Amino acid sequence: MSIENSLRPEPDFEAGSYVGEDRPLGAQQRPPSNLAAEVRGYLLGLALSIVLTAATFWAAGTHLIYGPGIVMAVVVLAIAQMGIHLVFFLHLTTAPDNTNNVLALAFGILIAGLVVFGSLWVMAHLNHNMIPPQELMQLQR
Amino acid sequence: MSGSTGLTMFGKLSWQAIPFDQPIPLAAGALVVFVLCGTVIWIALKGYVPYLWREWITSVDHKRIGIMYCTLAAVMLLRGFIDALMMRAQQAMAFHSGGYLPPEHYDQIFSAHGTIMIFFVAMPFMIGLMNFVVPLQLGVRDVAFPTLNSVSFWLTCAGALLVNMSLVVGEFSRATWLAFPPLSELRYSPGVGVDYYCWALEISGIGTLMTGINFVTTILKIRAPGMHYTRMPMFCWTALASNLLIVAAFPILTATLAMLLLDRYVGFHFFTNDAGGNAMMFMNLIWAWGHPEVYILILPAFGVYSEVVSAFSRKPLFGYRSMMMATLAICLISFMVWLHHFFTMGAGADVNGFFGIMSMVIAVPTGVKIFNWLFTMYGGRIRYSVAMLWAVGFMVSFVIGGMTGVLLANPPADFQLHNSEFLVAHFHNVIIPGVIFGAFAGYNYWFPKAFGFSLDERLGKWSFWLWLVGFWVAFAPLYVVGLEGMTRRLQHYDRADWHPWLLVAAGGVVLILCGICLQIAQLAVSIRSRDARREPTGDPWDARNLEWATASPPPPFNFAVLPNVMHQEPYWDMKVRAREAGHLATPEPRYEPIEMPRNSPTGFVTAFFAVVTGFALIWHIWWLVALGLAGAYATFVVFAWRDIEEVEIPAEEVARLDRANRAARSAALRREPSA
Amino acid sequence: MSTEALRAGPDPSHIGHHNEALEALPEFTGHGAGGPAPKRIVVGYGFWIFILSDVIMFSAFFATYAVLVDARAGGPGPHQLFDLRNTAAETACLLASSFSCGMASLAVGQRSEKWTQIALLVTGLLGAAFLTLEVREFAGFVARGAGPTHSAFLSAFFTLVGCHGVHVSAGLLWLGTMMAQFWAKGFRQNIRHRFLCFSLFWHALDIIWVGIFSLVYVMGTVLP
Repeated sequence: MSIENSLRPEPDFEAGSYVGEDRPLGAQQRPPSNLAAEVRGYLLGLALSIVLTAATFWAAGTHLIYGPGIVMAVVVLAIAQMGIHLVFFLHLTTAPDNTNNVLALAFGILIAGLVVFGSLWVMAHLNHNMIPPQELMQLQR
Repeated sequence: MSGSTGLTMFGKLSWQAIPFDQPIPLAAGALVVFVLCGTVIWIALKGYVPYLWREWITSVDHKRIGIMYCTLAAVMLLRGFIDALMMRAQQAMAFHSGGYLPPEHYDQIFSAHGTIMIFFVAMPFMIGLMNFVVPLQLGVRDVAFPTLNSVSFWLTCAGALLVNMSLVVGEFSRATWLAFPPLSELRYSPGVGVDYYCWALEISGIGTLMTGINFVTTILKIRAPGMHYTRMPMFCWTALASNLLIVAAFPILTATLAMLLLDRYVGFHFFTNDAGGNAMMFMNLIWAWGHPEVYILILPAFGVYSEVVSAFSRKPLFGYRSMMMATLAICLISFMVWLHHFFTMGAGADVNGFFGIMSMVIAVPTGVKIFNWLFTMYGGRIRYSVAMLWAVGFMVSFVIGGMTGVLLANPPADFQLHNSEFLVAHFHNVIIPGVIFGAFAGYNYWFPKAFGFSLDERLGKWSFWLWLVGFWVAFAPLYVVGLEGMTRRLQHYDRADWHPWLLVAAGGVVLILCGICLQIAQLAVSIRSRDARREPTGDPWDARNLEWATASPPPPFNFAVLPNVMHQEPYWDMKVRAREAGHLATPEPRYEPIEMPRNSPTGFVTAFFAVVTGFALIWHIWWLVALGLAGAYATFVVFAWRDIEEVEIPAEEVARLDRANRAARSAALRREPSA
Repeated sequence: MSTEALRAGPDPSHIGHHNEALEALPEFTGHGAGGPAPKRIVVGYGFWIFILSDVIMFSAFFATYAVLVDARAGGPGPHQLFDLRNTAAETACLLASSFSCGMASLAVGQRSEKWTQIALLVTGLLGAAFLTLEVREFAGFVARGAGPTHSAFLSAFFTLVGCHGVHVSAGLLWLGTMMAQFWAKGFRQNIRHRFLCFSLFWHALDIIWVGIFSLVYVMGTVLP
């Protein structure tokens, strides 16, 4: 940065002035589109959620899905339904006014994943290698 | 079940809770009561209560809250340090002897020492510095949620109070600073100690989590115009990383302690030895919190060093982007190393190998930071003020501690050294030079900004050298005895080899005590001679970031007009332009009234009910629990119902305060020799 | 950072509705360099971060449940205990309450006191129905000798699902307070911000419930 650059007069920003239009999560677009469209959005989300929920319960009892694949099906359906909630009820988008919200969500999912899968991995190994506490107590008697 | 009918009015509480039959705890408790009550009574008699209530206790100003956090940390440092003195004395004496502390008492002391130092010294110090500095460096008026900030502080105090109450009423936990089951389960710790520990940490944990949310929001959403992410000071980057870790890790602590409490109170079987409980899961979860916790502590300290090194080398920080990347890398990787705290628990080679490698990898971004600080110093015109001394002391000592950490990251090596004094020496070697020296560096560096006058340099330098030498004399012997096989937390031992080293270690702790005394003297002397030490412009160090653009102490609104940020180190940029032009960089602004958040007793009252609820839960006084929870809810409703949230500072007042500082700066500019 | 780099295309994956307003977003959108954000955004973002911390807390309970699910101490397991019809009823209640909460958001947007109170009341009643079903389920387990003190699996189950239930209860308390606030103070800005936080909380609870009914109840009956 040259001295000439920094000597150019800049506008003074007033306190509380804001340039930019980030959107809080859970809020609709501003200005809001018409009420009917918004209600339709929620109804669509509700309908999709009902379908996915019904599918989950159906998948649990059906013989149409390859047995060991049912677990994966349930997981996928759960993730899909969480996505429906985020998009239709919480109005999460990929637009720049939602960037921070998406990044925060990604961070949260990463940490939750590390905690759950990390714990499962570690504990599976520990349980495999170590004597269970009940047996350990009996050895001491 | 829990051993109490709960039908009596006071649950498990009785006069036997006060340790009349144990002289040392009784004396300690009496001292704490005397100091606390004495201070309160003195304040009341001097008539300071209205002032303190109006200006400090109900304050939602981040600067005041930051100072209060640091004060809490300093006071609790004394308490934790006394525990350390007692432990070193015990270990120096207890060769073929029982020492002077019976095991039940010694166990409480090392548990309290760790708990207090981590939760009520290191955390509050770092949070206090972040509170004071971050909004000023971002060029804004306050944090995102000022009243929540006050609640956070007072909840932390509530936790500290509960821990100190255990000295007087009841006992503290004997199950170490992390309360491992099955020792911490009801069967093996039937007393109230572990309950004190759990509730104090649950309560202060809520406060810390709120701080994390507050600062993540502030740093991401509330910055001066033009302050892109790459124009933020490095302290704000490390504060962001640290607070992201707080938000991510503290919920795990809350959940894990809740499970332990459910085991203890209601007879659940998460971590018990029977009915399928798995104590190893506690270790797994508590360290999944515990490892990010130490990075929560060290990252703000790294930020302090970035500020101090660049200010006192009179150079911009070297390698801004690599520092940024290193900080974020440390933030992420810190969540992938936690198993190195229990390599020996038996997860096997695959798992141990992965976590061992990740633990070594995390040393790389830390090394990047050290090199960047060194390159900042290289070619700079270095001034060894007290803050810079602490920073250089840190660099030398922390690197050694870090290297012992990489050694321990090796699972086979760790199998020899796990839970030995070598480990104790390692973590003190990274926490003391890392976090504590950083706290002292930040304290010396930002004290003039907070109070308007600087600290005595000579006493500061003496205290630094005593701390540095004392630290090494106290902890280097522990590396030796650790390698010789001494495990941690020993109340007595009979190996003659160890004795001389432990005597040396005790000597080191006495040197540190002298250092602390000199720090207290430094503060007292500086306050007494404060008029001679005032610096009118608010920029005593000729520093580089926006906090130095305000008066010392800053006005309540920080900036009369939010600065327009064009480059990194915006204040340095302003000064360069001012020196070129011979007058202040910006013309006098058009002053407007400023709205600031109103003070509120919400924080203090919430913490009061938190202490009541915590105490009642510990002693099984169920009706009092209900009352406490109802009181907390009522406090929130009262806060939610208020109609006036802000107070307006009139334009004339803003103008008066700002003009005074501008005049002082102009005068200093005229006095300066031309650049 | 050049100005051009800040200008990001609107909604590149076309998940949101097409909207001219999006195309005209100012250059600092999403980058926070336009000055301190308005209160609505700050409050919304702060609460979203809190929700994520809550999700992480739930993940700790999920992890514990997953680790302890087989530790039954000879007692009953998921196959013996879980009644999927009850779970389906609970899911229906909570999903419907999420929808009515969305309707309440729209009513607040339209500043209609009547519809806001109605929608919130429906949300509350559905939430209370959910809790009733859950409490009855828990009481049934306890009566059958499968209370939380009997095994690690049961402790983990009761804690995970119970924690969600405690959150729903706290949510109902908050809901009642919000109804009282709207009634007493109308649609003042800070009360609307609080309601934004409440709706975020309520929807997040439904998202967590999706995880619970899929990974605890349904998975429990699917896995051996």
